[in-house]
Amino acid sequence: MAKIKGTIVVDIDKCKGCGVCVPTCPTKTIALGREVNGKGYNYMQAVNPDTCTGCTNCATVCPDTVITVYRVKVEG
Amino acid sequence: MIKPENAVYSRTKVLTDNIMHYCPGCSHGTVHKLIAEVIDEMGIQDKTIGVSPVGCGVFAYNYLDIDWLEAAHGRAPALATAAKRLNPDRYVFTYQGDGDLASIGTAEIMHACNRGENIVVIFINNAIYGMTGGQMAPTTLVGQVTATTPYGRNVELNGYPLKITELIAQLPGTCYVTRQTVYNPLTVRKAKRAIRKAFENSMLKKGTSFVEVVGTCSSGWKLTPVEANQWMVDNMFPEYPLGDMKDI
Ligand SMILES: Cc1ncc(C[n+]2csc(CCOP(=O)(O)OP(=O)(O)O)c2C)c(N)n1
Ligand code: SF4
Ligand code: SF4
Ligand code: SF4
Ligand SMILES: [Mg+2]
Repeated sequence: MAKIKGTIVVDIDKCKGCGVCVPTCPTKTIALGREVNGKGYNYMQAVNPDTCTGCTNCATVCPDTVITVYRVKVEG
Repeated sequence: MIKPENAVYSRTKVLTDNIMHYCPGCSHGTVHKLIAEVIDEMGIQDKTIGVSPVGCGVFAYNYLDIDWLEAAHGRAPALATAAKRLNPDRYVFTYQGDGDLASIGTAEIMHACNRGENIVVIFINNAIYGMTGGQMAPTTLVGQVTATTPYGRNVELNGYPLKITELIAQLPGTCYVTRQTVYNPLTVRKAKRAIRKAFENSMLKKGTSFVEVVGTCSSGWKLTPVEANQWMVDNMFPEYPLGDMKDI
């Protein structure tokens, strides 16, 4: 059966750590980390990267448009 | 997996690479992105003129790579009128906050809409003057604490929240009047469809299209961005119900 797998790439320097993306993730893939970026924000990270389905919810709500989402079908 | 052909969401080229000056979580950023995506998808980047306001949205011209005018406070509809009348082949929109549109600029917006100018108005209602430090706006809710209403907005002293979008829907010059928001994936996608419809209308000589977006100002409201979204759901939507008021 084909499975959908997703992954996200965050432009860390542009993330403001606002956190509005976090509750939109249906698979709890993302969270704000402890590390800070150059502007001092706790940027968003994919803490459970394997669970991402590439649904694009997080990227859709991000006010600073710093998330790119990729999605593929994997066989097996 | 990280290859261009697998990308299902990427940053539109209509947005510049500049980091927006907005506070974390500010709705202005989300609405900028939606306007940029609509311009990209319609293929009108070289045919669009924006008019930015006074308010936090003043620097919108740094973030969308299109032609811009910057208006004096509240005067964006007057500039947009001129831009559109002189360049009828261009898509012309104003971008205005609630202080800009519903306070100092009330005359301009009312008359531009009543004349039925073929422009798009994007109205960001965050119920406060964000830029100047969170003072009461005409749209501030009854009881809402701001820098100038430290005990909450009191109707005896300050009057009532101004539902300017409801007033504008009554004007025969308007063809599309809607109230949207941008706090979760569903509402962001809906707001984008509304903005697209408004841009399309502006070439059909139907009159003015007016899109209010109820947004957050976490700094002015003194909440975290996530708390601000919840406060908006609980307090703003009952006063400013979402949906189309007019679509002809
Ligand atoms: C003629 C004039 N009067 C007053 C001001 C001060 N001022 C700057 S922004 C602003 C209000 C902005 O509020 P709003 O339009 O709601 O925008 P926001 O920052 O909330 O997005 C005011 C009163 C000004 N710049 N010019
Ligand atoms: S919504 Fe965007 S800016 Fe905010 S934390 Fe998530 S990735 Fe960062
Ligand atoms: S794309 Fe969807 S599943 Fe993946 S991190 Fe974003 S919200 Fe979560
Ligand atoms: S003050 Fe309010 S409206 Fe202005 S950028 Fe900050 S959150 Fe946005
Ligand atoms: Mg405002």
